[in-house]
Amino acid sequence: MTSGSNAVVEAHDLRKTYKPDVRALDGLSFSVTAGSVFALLGPNGAGKTTTVRILTTLSRPDEGSARVAGIDVLSQPGLVRSAMGSVSQHTGAIGQLTGRENLTMQGKLYGMRGAGLRRRVSDLLEQFGLAEAAQRQARTYSGGMRRRLDIATGLVHQPVVLFLDEPTTGLDPEGRADLWAVLTGLAKTGTTILVTTHYLEEADQYATRIAIVDQGRIVAEGTADDLKGGLRGDSVLLELADSRSAEQVESAVAGIPQVRLVTADGNVVRARVPDGPRTLPAVLAAVDKAGVPVLSVSVSRPSLDDVYLHHAGHSFGQAERITAA
Amino acid sequence: MSTNDIIESAVGTTERSGTSPAYAHPAQRAPGAGLAGRPSPGRQAWVILTERYLRQLYRVPVVIFISLTQPIIWLLLFGALFKRVAEIPGFGAGNYITYLTPGVVIMTAIFSASWTGMAYIEDMQTGVMDRFLTAPVGRGALTAAMLGYQGLTTVVQSAIIIAIGWGIGATFPGGAAGIAALIGVSVLIAIAMAGLSNWFALLTRQREALIGASTTLVLPLTFLSGAFLSLRLVPGWIADVARYNPVNWAASAARQAVEAHPAWATVGSYSGFLALAVAVTAVAATRAFRSYQGSL
Repeated sequence: MTSGSNAVVEAHDLRKTYKPDVRALDGLSFSVTAGSVFALLGPNGAGKTTTVRILTTLSRPDEGSARVAGIDVLSQPGLVRSAMGSVSQHTGAIGQLTGRENLTMQGKLYGMRGAGLRRRVSDLLEQFGLAEAAQRQARTYSGGMRRRLDIATGLVHQPVVLFLDEPTTGLDPEGRADLWAVLTGLAKTGTTILVTTHYLEEADQYATRIAIVDQGRIVAEGTADDLKGGLRGDSVLLELADSRSAEQVESAVAGIPQVRLVTADGNVVRARVPDGPRTLPAVLAAVDKAGVPVLSVSVSRPSLDDVYLHHAGHSFGQAERITAA
Repeated sequence: MSTNDIIESAVGTTERSGTSPAYAHPAQRAPGAGLAGRPSPGRQAWVILTERYLRQLYRVPVVIFISLTQPIIWLLLFGALFKRVAEIPGFGAGNYITYLTPGVVIMTAIFSASWTGMAYIEDMQTGVMDRFLTAPVGRGALTAAMLGYQGLTTVVQSAIIIAIGWGIGATFPGGAAGIAALIGVSVLIAIAMAGLSNWFALLTRQREALIGASTTLVLPLTFLSGAFLSLRLVPGWIADVARYNPVNWAASAARQAVEAHPAWATVGSYSGFLALAVAVTAVAATRAFRSYQGSL
């Protein structure tokens, strides 16, 4: 099968350029071990969706290779389709069909039939809290219900790996927490989960492993703790009363010898220092000298924000705004 | 419901527990192990998908109503407007409604079929298309499902129009065989047009483009044919163009089929050309999935 590893998903040096000249993937590689919740974390436009499309056989890379469940995505897409489940950014449910009809049709497409299929569909409806709504058309479902139906649909044929592209977008905080609980639980029982997200907190809290994607490459990979632990030192965060003074503060703080990296994002100035508590007085003195009013000051262990900043060279918030523009 | 419950049954824990590997190559899974043990890419996928379109149609009955109102208006309006056309020497039919009904059957068939691509565009926008394309379903099955659906609805639609035409005075001297052939011809032109519409939808992926193309194409194709007027009475260049117009092949075959003594050879050769058009557009539509996937 593969090189003896128990990787369920392997992407190797994927490259893809969209016409005209938009480089979506630029040598992206990673691998996902069985039973993990693997998050591809990155701002919009980083290449996450393109990656998932390639892995789920929707799209082809210009270069590189990928295997899902040990099967080559490019040479045997049909087998890959039988082995994996996919939940796209859009719902994928047919609005005029009931929840039960949507699930039943999906099962039939995978060659499931008869009593076995009926039982499987009923179980899924029950367990995803859709039993009462089973006979209602999916277009009447709430956002959270639809998402649950989408995931149930992706699971009908018991795939070894489930891909979800931005599954929590559009859900309220409670809906997000519920959804992540479902995903973590699925992973515990052996289904490998690959999920893309642009929410740092979600990846931090729920993913067993995180790969940070920036401009079509993986810039860092590991558990949230690994990633944060890889950064020595602390972060000093200054929240300013006025974002217009951010640049002034940025240059003032950058002048302190111990400070390694400073960024301004809105009214927040963030400085990476080897020892937070010890450097804090110098930072405060610099700000005081600049005569800029400060709302709050905090020292923290590195966050995923800092990890992203460290590896990508720009803050997550900035990247989001650049791609949104 | 608790989260654990969700997971327990969502995954069907039995086959994943203990020492068994976390996953298995589908080909290595024991037959019957797990519900997806048979990775048979649903042989009758197109039947399953045709059923889906029929269910959707059934859930939105207003679509059926609208699609039947139009031919009734055509029959009554054109029937009244051109009533005396049949009196022109050389027209070749004694009763204009008799002449008109097969024409309206064909026209309605291409009108309805020209919109089939809309379903694809909607599926692309809602994510349904991606769900099908990531399932073990052949692209050919997706095309076949749409054509199958269009064929079935055309049978019903044509039968209803024939019944209405008969109700307002059309005669079908050819009897049941003629009517069956008329319906058959309407199905052929409908699925040829549906293939064209699907092809165009996959290439452009835009509602507006399809609406534009459909409204621009369908009426001229209809009027550059013998659907409403005998080609013996139209300017020579229109008659020349009509010879290469599939809608005219269909209209001519349809009208010939319901006559008292149809020239079956003519009906057959026109039908053959139409079948060829079906094959060409169906293959084009299936290949166009590459264009859609290339855009992803």
